[in-house]
Amino acid sequence: MSHFPYLSTITFLPLLGALVLLLIPRRSEGGIRAWTLAVAAVTFVISLALWVRFDPTQGGMQFVERKAWIESLGISYYVGIDGISLWLVLLTTFLSVICVLSSWGIAKRVKEYMLFFLLLETGMLGALISLDLVLFYIFWEAMLIPMYFLIGVWGGTDRIYAAIKFFIYTMVGSLLMLVAILALYYLNIRAGNAPTFDLLKLYELNLAPNVQFWMFAAFCLAFAIKVPMWPLHTWLPDAHTQAPTAGSVILAGVLLKMGTYGFLRFAMPLFPNAVEAWAPFMMVVAVIGIIYGALVAMVQDDVKKLVAYSSVSHLGFVMLGLFALNMQGVQGGLYQSLNHGISTGALFLLVGVIYERRHTRAIADFGGLAKSMPNYAAVFLIITMSSIGLPGLNGFVGEFLIMLGAFLTSKTAAVFAATGVILAAGYMLWMVKRVFFGALDKEENQGLADLTGLEWGYLIPMVVMAFWMGIYPGTFLRKTDATLELWLERFEAKKEACRSLEAPGALAWLQDGLNLVFPASHAD
Amino acid sequence: MTFSMADMRLLTPHLVITAAALLVLLAEAVSPGRRKGYLPYLGIAGIVVAAFTTPGLFGPARSGFSGMLAGDAFAAFVYFILYAVGALTLLVSDGYLRDEGRDHAEYYALVLLALVGMMLMAGATHLMTLFLALETMSIAIYALAGFFRDERSAEASFKYFILGAFSSGFLLYGIALLYGACGTTEIQGILDAFASNRALAGSAMALAGVGLVTVGFAFKVAAVPFHMWTPDAYQGAPTSVTAFMATGVKAAAFAAVLRVFFVAFQTLHVDWSGVLWVLALLTMTVGNLTAIAQTDVKRMLAYSSIAHAGYILVGVVAGTPEAGAGILYYLLAYAFMNIGAFACLIMVGRKGHENTELDAFAGLGFKFPALGLAMSLFMFSMAGIPPTAGFIGKFLIFKAAVHQGYYWLTIFGVLNSAASVYYYLRVIVTMYFKPEPDAPVVEALRAGPSMAVATILAGLGVLYFGIVPGGLVDLAEQALRYLV
Repeated sequence: MSHFPYLSTITFLPLLGALVLLLIPRRSEGGIRAWTLAVAAVTFVISLALWVRFDPTQGGMQFVERKAWIESLGISYYVGIDGISLWLVLLTTFLSVICVLSSWGIAKRVKEYMLFFLLLETGMLGALISLDLVLFYIFWEAMLIPMYFLIGVWGGTDRIYAAIKFFIYTMVGSLLMLVAILALYYLNIRAGNAPTFDLLKLYELNLAPNVQFWMFAAFCLAFAIKVPMWPLHTWLPDAHTQAPTAGSVILAGVLLKMGTYGFLRFAMPLFPNAVEAWAPFMMVVAVIGIIYGALVAMVQDDVKKLVAYSSVSHLGFVMLGLFALNMQGVQGGLYQSLNHGISTGALFLLVGVIYERRHTRAIADFGGLAKSMPNYAAVFLIITMSSIGLPGLNGFVGEFLIMLGAFLTSKTAAVFAATGVILAAGYMLWMVKRVFFGALDKEENQGLADLTGLEWGYLIPMVVMAFWMGIYPGTFLRKTDATLELWLERFEAKKEACRSLEAPGALAWLQDGLNLVFPASHAD
Repeated sequence: MTFSMADMRLLTPHLVITAAALLVLLAEAVSPGRRKGYLPYLGIAGIVVAAFTTPGLFGPARSGFSGMLAGDAFAAFVYFILYAVGALTLLVSDGYLRDEGRDHAEYYALVLLALVGMMLMAGATHLMTLFLALETMSIAIYALAGFFRDERSAEASFKYFILGAFSSGFLLYGIALLYGACGTTEIQGILDAFASNRALAGSAMALAGVGLVTVGFAFKVAAVPFHMWTPDAYQGAPTSVTAFMATGVKAAAFAAVLRVFFVAFQTLHVDWSGVLWVLALLTMTVGNLTAIAQTDVKRMLAYSSIAHAGYILVGVVAGTPEAGAGILYYLLAYAFMNIGAFACLIMVGRKGHENTELDAFAGLGFKFPALGLAMSLFMFSMAGIPPTAGFIGKFLIFKAAVHQGYYWLTIFGVLNSAASVYYYLRVIVTMYFKPEPDAPVVEALRAGPSMAVATILAGLGVLYFGIVPGGLVDLAEQALRYLV
């Protein structure tokens, strides 16, 4: 590989930074913060090179690095990005900087906090760039550990419950996915190929539709928990409300995207016929999620919980787009993933700002804040508009594309999803009204300080992004075009190729498993 | 019976360690005054010398003493696991026993002698050698379990002894029946007998023999429903002995299981795999579910060791060299993470007070960062979360099971694994997420240099074999190639 290993550099730089951080004495909290910020910033700057050097005309993997790792099993350190992961990688490095800034006020065990934060960044980036299933799985799981600590140590009152729930929910899904990964590995060997966990090679494996059906189910469970899709979403509001601000931002901004990314990168291209079979069901679930999330958000009396439930609704949109299975829908889904990272991330930051001042997030405790904190109210309103999809801001582009895509596939789904947009305007604006307008009647709210320099520092980039992505989405969409076209083309081609495949006996491999006593008939 | 120098060559590591054991006993007798801090290191030196004589055994299978003892890569691999177990146990024991005022040479000698028994079990290619080795190991361990001579230690020892004797009886009876059916107690001979005479596999005598041998082993590896002795024995025994039992005995017993089931009973896979399927499922599930209910970390680890035996049994059910290699890997990973975890347990205790209740760990993660880090690492590894050796071990075993089509068993295995996360995480939750009580239970750590070295070595092992498992996987596969 002749080029500079950009991907490995940005992935392991935070890890390296974390190791150096261990050497910084605990007492010099300023030094710890500055160092973490420097590491995150340098990582972000290097990741910008990916953007500059990414070739938008190519749909395949770029910046590929490959090294044998466990040769006998066909496991390799194999990384690369395409138009799908490029923006998610950049979103991750971008949000990491923002999060470090927003965590400046953390006073409890700063060193450990920053340490886990950097480890988390390595885990997330690693999962996004992995093109080997085992490598991906390792990053995917390892990512849980720092997040678990972030929620558990620096979270709110019910943090222990939330942290454990978060961990175990995700773990159950991923472990079943691991079984499917192993099954895929052997099906590939049985088809006469060399043993490998190489994702691109496994893309080429044509599986009978009924085999795909179960494999997809396992992958789907893992990713749907992460997204989270209704009805597997219950860990999310707990985790969000208990996590510290930066934890929530990363959780909403990146970790949830791991789920949608997993669908795009793994579950869907590997098992296209299963996707076709599951699509109606998934669309229904996605639409239920949209409406359910919105309705539940409406009745929340805690701002953070409201934002958390709005995530369930927004992610429902993303899933609806992906399962529309056309260019508009998939691109919209991907774009909306990024949007959600920006607008929901910013919302959590804003909730954090007010929580730091008042130590409450109950809507009833506020009212008329626009008078005491006009700048804060202005930023909040912009982000609210971005979240509910006002034209000119980022949310609109994504939702529009998704609706378009969904409409082409299922008019009913699009119509129902559209009610979600209306409901979103309802719960967000109603919340804004109760928090910012009306009489400034609570004494505690009267002397509140407006945004500080630091807060401006991390909010402005978010607002800029919201406008940029809304006014000129071309910057972002252009780099995804070639990849998604290729993605759809391959998807269709593989679907056709697999359609005629008949499994040797329906659900043969499952029956082997069911036959408790002895399955060795297909040992090879 | 005569034997040659080539036979003796196979026995060198065993002889070296036996000599070290005798030397330790002798050294104490002639030591001036009460200075005996060097005794465990004498033992470790013995293990290191033995380790140097072992690599020669890697390579094509050889057997010596008229087919009684193997000198193959399989045995060599297990020996290395046992060396790690033995050396780490001695390191952990050093400060611990001195603190408890029980640092007698007999302890170190017994550990070494038990180690020899374990090694012979791994190398045995004859059911009689196997049985003698098992007894050598067991008797040493009965004594070790009761070494503290307090009520609980004695109870542990006695329970283990009674049930161990029972299980030996089962095993011996099974061996006798197999002899009746096959006319030999040589492992290769039994394989040949079953392979050449297909009717034999259906004979009641042979099947009863296989069944009784299975029961005997199930006792030793603490498979459900033969696990009843485990929690009490593990909890009551000195913690260093618990670590030794959980890792060493398990490694030796599973090595023997591999030899007996993968070689001698190879052709009967159809018959025993169904039984072991059920045993594996029960062992994983009961072990994990009971562990969840524990409030004492030491007892929790006892139940967790049952669960781990269950995962390993999944590999045995799969019954292929691939699964065998996974099992070997798992045993090594388990040795590191388990001894490490027990070392952490010893550190929080003080003389006469083990402090192993979960509550004692509250706030320790931040109070003693190194301990917290180590314990978290071991817990994550036991839960099978990457990038640790525990993950790779589970990965290899489940991989082999999926390969053979045991999808359901694998799915039950991973679900169990997810359930186990709960109780492993609870230790971490207590260490980091809960504040230290106003009256701290643990004032200071019982951490001498040897304890620290042992914990660091175990931690490095867990990480190293979790991140660069390639070489070891190849070695394990090579070991199995010569076995089957």
